[in-house]
Amino acid sequence: MVTAMILAGKSKKKDLFWLGLLALFAVVPLTPWFTRSTFTQHVMIQVLLYASMAQAWNILGGYCGQVSFGHSVFFGIGAYGTAMAVVKFGLIPWPGILAGALIAAVVAVAISYPCFKLKGHYFAIATFAIVEIFNRLFMVWYWVGGALGLDYGFTQPGWKNFVWYQTKDCCFYGVLLLFILVFGIVRWIEKHRFGFYLRAVREGQDTAESLGVNSTRVKLSAMALSAFLAALCGAFFAQYNYRVDPPMVMSLDMSMKFVLITILGGLGTFYGPLLGAALLIPLQEYTRAYLGGIGGGVDLIIFGLLIIIVVVYQPKGIMGILDRAFARIKRSREGRE
Amino acid sequence: MATFLQVAFDGLLNGLLYALVAAGLSLIWGVMDVINFAHGEFLMVAMYLSYWLGFIWKIDPLVSSIAGGAFVFILGALTYKLVISRTIGKSAMSALLATFGLSMLLKNVCLNRFSPNFRILQHTLLGGKTFALAGIIIPVPQLVISLVAVALLFLVYLLVKKTRLGWAIQATAMDKEAAELMGINTEWIYLLVFGLGGACVGIAGGLLPSYLAVHPEVGALFSLIAFVCVAMGGFGSIPGALLASLLIGLVEAFAGFYIAPVFKYVAVFGLYLVVVMVRPRGLFGW
Repeated sequence: MVTAMILAGKSKKKDLFWLGLLALFAVVPLTPWFTRSTFTQHVMIQVLLYASMAQAWNILGGYCGQVSFGHSVFFGIGAYGTAMAVVKFGLIPWPGILAGALIAAVVAVAISYPCFKLKGHYFAIATFAIVEIFNRLFMVWYWVGGALGLDYGFTQPGWKNFVWYQTKDCCFYGVLLLFILVFGIVRWIEKHRFGFYLRAVREGQDTAESLGVNSTRVKLSAMALSAFLAALCGAFFAQYNYRVDPPMVMSLDMSMKFVLITILGGLGTFYGPLLGAALLIPLQEYTRAYLGGIGGGVDLIIFGLLIIIVVVYQPKGIMGILDRAFARIKRSREGRE
Repeated sequence: MATFLQVAFDGLLNGLLYALVAAGLSLIWGVMDVINFAHGEFLMVAMYLSYWLGFIWKIDPLVSSIAGGAFVFILGALTYKLVISRTIGKSAMSALLATFGLSMLLKNVCLNRFSPNFRILQHTLLGGKTFALAGIIIPVPQLVISLVAVALLFLVYLLVKKTRLGWAIQATAMDKEAAELMGINTEWIYLLVFGLGGACVGIAGGLLPSYLAVHPEVGALFSLIAFVCVAMGGFGSIPGALLASLLIGLVEAFAGFYIAPVFKYVAVFGLYLVVVMVRPRGLFGW
């Protein structure tokens, strides 16, 4: 009982922190720091987008322990859903966004049902193979634009078409909504029965099965949810860039971003994806902007080094470093008392 | 019929090249249960080495391949010492992710230093030479690489199966702790295996500039195909990897010629999915 009360108190404190963070993000566009440069705005939007993508992946990879390298396929399907609605059918993007996300979830379940039979590296390589297959097929699928991709025409700016040409403020609020949706769902899952099922499957599939958890169903639901949310992020990506083509969205590099941002921040933690994106995306954008002159690839050199260091020395990512630092502060404070 | 034979022959030649690239990966995977994601980048580094040796000192890739093998042996051993040895005993994915970081590092260092341009070595000993045999046109550089692949695979197989060192490697692969109790220095074995795996791909990379352009992305596709070969062949089985590579070479050639060039990788990766659905541990896996 006492433990439960302490836990409740702790989670309320955590909720307060979370709501405060959201409020902070919500007022960011009103500050002069933000409005002064569109580049800052762009970086902020990217951070929130990649944080949402990584969190979507985290549901399956972090909480459920199924490391998939195939998420760029679902991301791409989401991007193509909205782009097809706008470019091919001349509609507003919203039905395309929903259709893309639903198709992504269905495709994800259809693909992963057989793949979940595979173990370890065989599963990882199967997901690589799926990305390559989808990439090549979309390259020659002329109905969806083939290798040229789909380019947006000019439409009336505003929330109805979800495009703006003059300002990035509304884009920021759009991605903030996506961020709240994805992180909110994960926050809810963490406390819900489903979240405990996920972690049980991660910690030991056979043990979970013996306690009556249907592991196949849990993994497939996690996959469907994860793919659905990844596709929503893809839809935003297409709307934000006004174009989509296969290498942009369905590539191994894109898949790896889902994985690496989460690993960098902290696998299976709530704030990990946000921390990973908040470190990586500014690093990427600013080195590209300021060090682009010395030959390119500098951001990826630093990124590669960071990944090696994090995986080797702190497999729990930035969250692990923070946890250790907090623990040390706490200990020294207790020592003084 | 002549076309069919020609396509099949080209497929087999390519398959042997894939086998050469995959052999090192298979060895590492079999002994350490580690997927070296930087394998393709090791190939690329060796290709650049061979290219620059050929460009500056006019050394032929045939000779440079020895330098490539030696260089990547050291690179592999260093990778093991600095990165892989620290991930052993942690989750199975950590070595894969660390080597992915390494592949990004190597690829982008080469991009930064050597620019993304395609570089072709001219006037090599083998470059552009062909001869015809029974109506089939045989390109000499590919043929030489295939012969080297066969010889090298045979040597690696002999090393693992017939020598004392090979027995020690096998013992380490089966049970690390038991091997240690028998007085085998497993740390040393791991280092050596990673180096040898690198050396195989280094020799392949050293030979390749005879007919293939060098650029920073050249390793990416090779590593994916090598993963598929190794996984399809089955956990660390070198004969399995050879068989899978030949199959993949054939499928790639036939799909590329008879369906459409873009479908060749769809067919290759599709074949992998079909094989592992039927045999989840690969053709020769158990």
